[in-house]
Amino acid sequence: MRYIDHHAHMVSRTTDDYQQLALTGCVAVTEPAFWAGWDRSGAGSFEDYFRQLTEFEPARAAQHRIQHYTWMAMNPKEADDRELSREVLARIPAFLDRPTVLGIGEIGLNRITRNEIATYTEQIELALAHQQMILIHTPHLEDKLKGTRISVDVLNGFRTIEPDRVMVDHAEEHTLQTILDSGYWAGLTLYPQTKVSAARAADMIERFGPDRICVAGACDWGPSDPIAVPRFILEMRRRRHADELIHRVVFENPVRFLSGSPKFRVPGTLAREGALA
Amino acid sequence: MNTRSPLGPREIVDEYFIENRTRLLEIAAFLDRLDRSDAQYAATDFRMRAFADGLATLSGGEGRLVRLQLLLSDPTTEPLPALDRRSAIGAYDRWGRRDEAGSGEPRA
Repeated sequence: MRYIDHHAHMVSRTTDDYQQLALTGCVAVTEPAFWAGWDRSGAGSFEDYFRQLTEFEPARAAQHRIQHYTWMAMNPKEADDRELSREVLARIPAFLDRPTVLGIGEIGLNRITRNEIATYTEQIELALAHQQMILIHTPHLEDKLKGTRISVDVLNGFRTIEPDRVMVDHAEEHTLQTILDSGYWAGLTLYPQTKVSAARAADMIERFGPDRICVAGACDWGPSDPIAVPRFILEMRRRRHADELIHRVVFENPVRFLSGSPKFRVPGTLAREGALA
Repeated sequence: MNTRSPLGPREIVDEYFIENRTRLLEIAAFLDRLDRSDAQYAATDFRMRAFADGLATLSGGEGRLVRLQLLLSDPTTEPLPALDRRSAIGAYDRWGRRDEAGSGEPRA
């Protein structure tokens, strides 16, 4: 089954992982800007990273017939540094016109500090000023509930926000309804320990339905799985869910969300993938 | 579109019992391992106190997962005035003894 992984940090992955993605049916990935696992030394390092996301990774993915899109941002893990954040944000607009940049992301909160909220708010303003889509990271573990609530509250304070062009990612059982109630897309990220398992993601599709929910692997430099989405497909099939439902979650839904950017091109044709209207 | 699991209750047990039996044994082994090291330690570490409270939530009815998530979550609503550490730990210190726990490994 063809699928789209809307959240994959491919700069941290090997070419073999691209091959695994292609072999398991992945036709497109989107890569949010994120933390390298260690703090970068200055804004110039971010500029190099943004070039890697917009130049090198699309070419690497294309070798495996995978479309690669990306998001520009100051990541939440370094966003508490206000001076560095301002310098990085000043460099982002130059990248927004590049052909594979879909929007601003992943922005959001980590430990939920006042500085992080200030940087998050400025990045929403930046997205709105440039008519960009938004991808939001929510904090992990004990910080997820509080962080998601504050993230959604800040978003809701912007009257010009278009909810269907915003995804709040890393949703879990105790935060999913809050995200959906505000009209945003919700992402379920499949991660071995700190996020959601394939079984729990399938549970949430059964409980909440498939509307405005996407699943992704969120593979990065930590313990993670580049082919987590096919494992979700297997889990759904294990429960004898119809391929129609599974296809909607892993392909049609990301197409609907990502089509909020005029730069996104649907892999294949709509006719071949079924009606999306 | 019907999104409920097509599996009946017997089929759910048939399909998922063994892997969850394994998880249950892993939890028991973890607790025994900790006791062999120091049987008194769990009472002094807020993560293990939350863990014990979490185990108790499993004996309740449907809604166990969200109750467990809420039990482990930071219930406060105010932002931190300054960054204290880089990563979450996995449980909120409801007993106010967070300096006794580790600072947490870097996590993506």
